[in-house]
Formats: sequence, C-alpha cells, structure tokens
Amino acid sequence: MTRLSMLKATAATAGILLPLAWGGVSWAQDAVNLRMTIWSANEAHLALFNEIAEGFKETHPNVSVTFEPLPFDNYTTTLTTQIAGGNAPDLAWIFETSAVDFVSSGALAPLTEAFGATEGYALDDVTESATALWTRDGQLYAYPFSTSPFAMFVNNDLITEAGAQTPAELIAAGEWTWDNALASAKAVADAGKDGIVIRDFNFQNWQNLTAFWRGWGADSWSADGKTCTFAEQPMIDALTAFHNAVFVDGSMPGPGENVDFFAGDAAMTVTQISRASLLPEDGFDWDLVPLPEGPAGSYSVVGQAGVGAFANRPNTDVAVEFLAYMTNPENSEKLASFFPPARAGLLNTETLSATNPLLSPEQIEDVVVNGIANGQVIAGRANFAQIQQTVRASLDALWVADADVASVLGNVCTSINPLLAR
Amino acid sequence: MTDHSAANQKRPFWTIARKDAAAGYLFIAPQLLGIITFVLIPLGLVFYYSMHEWNVLANTFTFVGDANYQMLLRDPNLPPVLLASAIFSAGLVVLNLSLALLLAVLLDQKLKGIVVFRTLFFSPVVVSLVAWTIVWSFLLQANGGINGILAVFGIEGPNWLRTPTTAMISVVVVQVFKNVGLNMILFLAALQGVPKELYEAARVDGASPFKQFRRITLPMISPTILLTSIITIVGSLQVFAQIAILTKGGPGVSTTVLVYYLYQQAFQFNFFGYGSTLSILLFLIVAVLTFIQWQMRKRIVFYEN
Repeated sequence: MTRLSMLKATAATAGILLPLAWGGVSWAQDAVNLRMTIWSANEAHLALFNEIAEGFKETHPNVSVTFEPLPFDNYTTTLTTQIAGGNAPDLAWIFETSAVDFVSSGALAPLTEAFGATEGYALDDVTESATALWTRDGQLYAYPFSTSPFAMFVNNDLITEAGAQTPAELIAAGEWTWDNALASAKAVADAGKDGIVIRDFNFQNWQNLTAFWRGWGADSWSADGKTCTFAEQPMIDALTAFHNAVFVDGSMPGPGENVDFFAGDAAMTVTQISRASLLPEDGFDWDLVPLPEGPAGSYSVVGQAGVGAFANRPNTDVAVEFLAYMTNPENSEKLASFFPPARAGLLNTETLSATNPLLSPEQIEDVVVNGIANGQVIAGRANFAQIQQTVRASLDALWVADADVASVLGNVCTSINPLLAR
Repeated sequence: MTDHSAANQKRPFWTIARKDAAAGYLFIAPQLLGIITFVLIPLGLVFYYSMHEWNVLANTFTFVGDANYQMLLRDPNLPPVLLASAIFSAGLVVLNLSLALLLAVLLDQKLKGIVVFRTLFFSPVVVSLVAWTIVWSFLLQANGGINGILAVFGIEGPNWLRTPTTAMISVVVVQVFKNVGLNMILFLAALQGVPKELYEAARVDGASPFKQFRRITLPMISPTILLTSIITIVGSLQVFAQIAILTKGGPGVSTTVLVYYLYQQAFQFNFFGYGSTLSILLFLIVAVLTFIQWQMRKRIVFYEN
C-alpha cells in the first residue's frame, strides 16, 4: 500500500464514520437514561418498577429508567462512594437513618413545587407525619414511599405445641403485654425452639430495638437530638427486661445466634410488615398482631424509606418529573402491595386488602392502618452512621450475662455526648 | 528506504545505546504506567485530600490545612485502635512465623507421601479470602461448629466473636491458618538450601540436634526469616476483610484495627479527609517498620556480615 492510497483509505473511512458518530451524539442528546439505586433485588419489586417506568415512557418516549439494586448491608456506603467518585445516580432510595444527612446536605432536589404542579398529584393527601423526616424548611426533599409499621409475626404452631397462650388469645383477653409475650416465648424456647427475634438487630443494629424500648417510653436521645437519654430510667428498665429475656429466661436468642422466624425457628418476630413476603407458602399457621403493650402503654413504631432525586445533575428535572409520576395516587396504589403508603386516601382497609391478599381485613385495620396513623419513626439524626457505630461499640458490653445495665448505658451517653453536642 | 551513504556522513539518532535504552524503557513502561496510575497518583491525591474537608453529600471540598492532622492527635479512638493493630500484628507475626517454621522443619523429611502434607498445608493460601472467612464465621458462632465439637467433650465454649479477648484470638488464628502455608513453603525452600555437609560436620563434632538447629539452621535461613517477617508484618497491617466479616471491629473497639477504622471514617461516616489522614499514618507506620527491619538485617541476618 502506498502512502497515498493509505491516506485515501483513511479519509474515506473518516468520511463514513464521522457523520455516523455525529448522528450518534445528537441522538444521545435526546435520549435520557435515568438511574435509580435501590436496596431490593426482589424480582416482584423490580417488575413493578419497570412497569411504572414503561408507563412513564408513554408521555416521555425518550426517557428510560434503570433500577440498580445495591447490597442492602452496604447500601449507603456504596451510594456515597458513587457520589464521591462523580458517578451519582439520578434517583436513590434513602434509609430513614440517613434521612437527616441527605435532606440537610443540599444534595437532593426540592420536590414540593414540582409535585404541586403535577396534575392529579394531590400532595395534601400525603400525611404530614410521614413527610416530617424528609422535609426541611417546609420543602420536601424525598418522598416516603414506604411507611412500614413494626409488628409481631407469630408462629401459632410452635406456641400451641409448647402449651402456651397465643397472642390472639392474649389480645382477646386484653392481656397482650410484653411480659405475657415473653412468657409464651419462654415456653417455646424451653421446648427446644427459639422465642422472640427482633429481626435485623443481630446485637449490632441497635436502632431496631426501638420497636421494643418504646414500650417502656424509652428513646435514644431527646427530640432535638442534643441530649442522650440512654441512661435514663425508662431505657434502663427496657434494656434490663431485654437483658433478662436473653440471658436469664432465654426467651430471646443470644448474640451470635442466627435464628430465622420465617424458616419456622422461632415463636415470634418483631419486624416491619413489608416482610410478610418472606412467609413460606403452606408453611406454619401464622398470625400478624400489633406490638404488645409495654409498661408505658400501647405504642407503634414505623420504619420509613424515602426516594429522592439528586440536585445539579444533567437530568435533574426529568428525574423529579419521573418521581412525581412514580408516586402519584395511581402508582402509589400499585406500590402499596409491597410498601405501605403514606397517602391518607389509600390508608383504608378496602384499598390495602386488595393489594395485600396475604393479610386479613382485621390485620390490615389493627396493624397497618392504625400503625401508620399512630406510629412514631425511629429517631434519626445528622451524622447517624458515626453515632450508630459509637453506640454499638459501647453497647457491646451489655451483651454478656453479667453485664451491669445502668453502668453500660451511662458509658453509652459518655461516648456519644460529644457527638450529639456538635 | 534510508540512504546508507548519508547515514555514514551524519551520525544517526538511533545509536545502539539509544536503541537499548528505548527498548529498556518500553519493557518497563507497562509496569511504570501501572505504578504511576495506581500507586503514585493515588498516594499524592490521598495526601492532598488529607488537607481538606470533603463533604460528599453537600459536595463541598474545603482546604483545612493541618486540621485533620491535629484531629489525629486528639482522636480518643486512635490509641485503642493502634493498640488493637499492634496486638493483631504481634500475635500474627509470632504465631505465623513459629508455626510456619515448625511445619517446614517437620515437612523437610524424605518420607513417602510428604508431598501430600505439603499440599494440604499450602492449600488455604489459594482459597478465596472472603469464602475462607465466611466459613470460619459460621464455625465461630455461639451455636457454631467449634462449640459443637467442644460440647461433645463436655466443654462449654465461649462466644468466640463476642468477647474481646477471644474475638482477637479468633481473628488472628483465622488469618494464621489462611497464610501460614506461604511462609511454610518459603522456609521449606530455605531449609533445603542449607548444605548438608554442615550438619555432617556438626554431628562429627558431637552437636545435639537442638544445637544444630540453633547454630546452623537458624543462621542459614535468617534471610528468609527477615523476608517472611517483613511480608507478614506489612500484610498484618492491611487486614480488612477478616475484620469486616467476622467482628465489624467489635466487641467494643477491641478488633478495630487501623485499616478498618480508616474505612469506617472515610466510607461509613463520610469523613474522607480524616480517612485520608489515617491512611497517611498507616503509610508512615509501614514505611518506618520496613526501614527498621531492613536496618536490622545487618545484626540478625547471617550473610550480611
């Protein structure tokens, strides 16, 4: 090949390729690919999200949305690492525990105006108690797509086999208290299985104990997040009861023991009702009941998850539009089959029965509707990850048989006070 | 085509020496490129980050001078973290090297089937670290395999990963079993390199086996001891996966070693600036330890005299 012929060939190739590449660029400018990070890899969830994304395509044919499941355990870490690496998604699910960090950071796009301008959105229908955590200065920064009450799942087979009273019997007798729940659990544990599991606690994620200690009126810190209340009497009483259940009665499994209620290993478990999907088909005779009463009376706790759009991204506006579509009344009703809704209009037994065929109308009324209406969210706070770790490290001293509850809780406050004061 | 007569008149640019040099640079280019991209630039960046406060969420990146280094001095968590690192490294080096040497001496025999044992002891080295650690985490649970075996003998085992002392012992032992095979092979190679005449001469002089070991074997394999101890100490300071899987730094902060603490600060708490500062500290510790060991070679390594 002579030099001239090579030059000709190159020019010809460039002549073909360049217009193509140019066309590709202009085509890519029109197409919008949104990416939403989520922590569920459940196929039914993904199918529903893809269905909603397809629906959005009808009005926005150039927009496609991909849902990227990240591992649950390291979700926030992975998300922030993506952001730090300059590869932030357009939309992301946010844990309630990191809600304050995300909402106050300015990383998220404001939603109130865009939602208000969306036809048929009915923002007023979304309950204020559900949006409180996700709002700053009257502006909504993430939508609480899941407001899931904590409740007690029950394995009636194990309890009757052990000759103890089932929660349904206790409720009928007006004696559904933590004392009696733990007594039934002890009977099952004595018979060889396990008692009550606080799911996902694992003696590490102490915030999940909120569903237990609120029964004693205890909390981790004051409402303004500035004062540690771990060392106060309600918490001492609550964790003394918990410690006795684990180390004296054995009515709850101890640290390092892997017990799965949904595999039929335990009498009861405290978890969010969205876990109902884990119940085995043709498994044991199960029940779903509200949390028992504690010494401080009856109470309910909800766990939330939000979804927000990142600000200052090339497609932020489209992302906010998609979010408005995804959480409009029609799609909220679809989402309600997995994620209890924050819309008052959907919070009735009729709607929820249609989307949650597993639950009986009574269960929906007692646990879901009442739980969401009266439930308090888990105490969040800015810089939660560091506080979580610090409390975890101090609380470790509690998970031995001869622990001194009051002095351990005193140490918890000593170690987090400097962090709360910031 | 080059004109030869012209080349004779004018010295060509590509002399043999230059060609050789260019070839040499080309050969090291891939490696050099890798080191620049993955070691030197990140090292420089980490130093740069360590003088900034980087809030990932708020997308702010502000220069704070030596504030992160001052925080290093005031951080109440740092002394226990450094202590945990020191305990882990010391335990690992002592246990790993002595077990590796013992195994190497035992396996340095001309017996039938000895190769099988050498392979057996080496095999954990090629197992995936995470898989190895996850299996151990099942074994070490309160109701796990190890306590199950102990129960057969009527012993009630501790909750290995939940009490401070046993948690540290567990993490060290899991790591020793994983990597002892590598040091064992290095020692084995060194042992087989010791001239047999030396032992013969010693026997003629009436030296006991222990004396032979102390006076001949140890000095002759001292370069390998130095090498393995450097590798093991540096490796021990980088331990991460085992901690993340087995204990998450607990109970308390008893197994929070420096690398895990750095990870917590940077990736969990989003203090990337302080995390970078901690990694500079780790870099300095590794550099100083390696330098000291390298200096000590004159005193402890036989061949260096």
